[in-house]
Amino acid sequence: MSALYPDDLYYTKDHEWARIEDREGAKVATIGVTRYAVEQLGDVTQVDLPKEGESVKQAEVFGSVESVKAVSDLFAPITGKVVKVNSPLADSPEYVNEDPYDEGWMIQVAVTNAKELDGLLDAEAYQAFLREQGE
Amino acid sequence: MVDFGGWAMPVSYSTGILDEHRATRTAIGVFDVCHMGEVHFTGAGAAATVQRLVTNDVARLENGRAFYTVACLPSGGIVDDLIVYRLQPDHYVAVVNASNADKDVDWFQEHRGADCTIEDASARTGLIAFQGPAAAQTLQPLTNLPLDRLRPFSFATDVMLGERPVWIARTGYTGEDGFEIFCDAQDATAVWDALVSAADAAGGKPVGLGARDTLRLEARLPLYGNDLDEETTPLEAGLGWVVKLDGDDFIGRDALRAQQAAGIARKLTGFVMTARGIARHGYPIFDADGASAGTVTSGGPAPTLTQNVGMGYVPTRLAAAGTKLSIDCRGKRVDAEVVSGPFYKRGKR
Repeated sequence: MSALYPDDLYYTKDHEWARIEDREGAKVATIGVTRYAVEQLGDVTQVDLPKEGESVKQAEVFGSVESVKAVSDLFAPITGKVVKVNSPLADSPEYVNEDPYDEGWMIQVAVTNAKELDGLLDAEAYQAFLREQGE
Repeated sequence: MVDFGGWAMPVSYSTGILDEHRATRTAIGVFDVCHMGEVHFTGAGAAATVQRLVTNDVARLENGRAFYTVACLPSGGIVDDLIVYRLQPDHYVAVVNASNADKDVDWFQEHRGADCTIEDASARTGLIAFQGPAAAQTLQPLTNLPLDRLRPFSFATDVMLGERPVWIARTGYTGEDGFEIFCDAQDATAVWDALVSAADAAGGKPVGLGARDTLRLEARLPLYGNDLDEETTPLEAGLGWVVKLDGDDFIGRDALRAQQAAGIARKLTGFVMTARGIARHGYPIFDADGASAGTVTSGGPAPTLTQNVGMGYVPTRLAAAGTKLSIDCRGKRVDAEVVSGPFYKRGKR
């Protein structure tokens, strides 16, 4: 079990997270959905993601997640090119429910503009946002 | 919790839709369906009034037996789908959808014949469904009714569940063997607790609206408001088996006879997705040539089958098993294929 909202992640108001790593001088963001999103979605049965090499743009739809009850869009926390996709999710979408911050990650993106990170929330601000929403 | 026709209902009780679905298929699901409407028809003219209102043949019903049927408008459009129980020759009970209960009671009153009293007993009646392969063996120790003598679509009144008087019917909405237990609304909490506790000991659990929908979809049972409405007829919906066009007159019979004679132009048709995608209510359906063919009325994952399934009205020429269709899943055409019969059918015991 990981923390509900780990401190080392950036968060969006659309309930995605991004973990930023430095790789050979460039920033790579690993992206997924938050524990709160998972609780709202219920059992995930299908995850549709972009392919490696495609670009995603901050705040725009990069994929979708189907749960038993509904389909929801995924919004990119940051702009960049997809360098890796968590392909096991195609056969095991339940990883998103079981471990949203680790095995349930979705895509890795080579960050184009690190300044965009300034517009994201930290764990504390995200949880404050959830409380504001009455959650 | 979500609002469901004015009732606060859980989508899931805690363990998730898939887990609750699985519990119902392998052991027992307990469903709070107290929101359903119960309407009593009593008096010497009760049978005649019920017959006028529903498409099935009321004369066929014996005491202690029930049937599934629909009530139609003069146009043949469906007012509601319901189960009618005969208690006595002069006493019938209709169990109707919660979302339609007020409309139904008004419709029934409007078409009430002589010597018939109609009472909406929904507020004083509790209803809990107990469904699954382990339902009979688990319910038996709680009641004095010998359940092995209760055939499907039979029911018994004046029986006890523990110390509380109930009716037990062998009916349900899951595709499993199971029971629906009617009780006094004041006893509903106690009956619920007893049933949940018995189910829990047998590997079962309470089930919310989410799995109620996936279970009925797998069994290809229609849902009013999705698959049935006032614009669709029972003949189009594949419910011809509950329509007795040669029996006594009922509201909508002339229109349905005319539709039958002219040929049914469109049919509620089941399909499985043959490529990766999940069809949802409202998604457009296309034929193999890419021409518009209809709209998905119900769709989603069928958890027991690990397939994605759905249904929708398509022209009759596209309704045969094996016909290739495609579904527009949020802008992406995904292949599907028509199948006949329920998606899920329980094994013979």
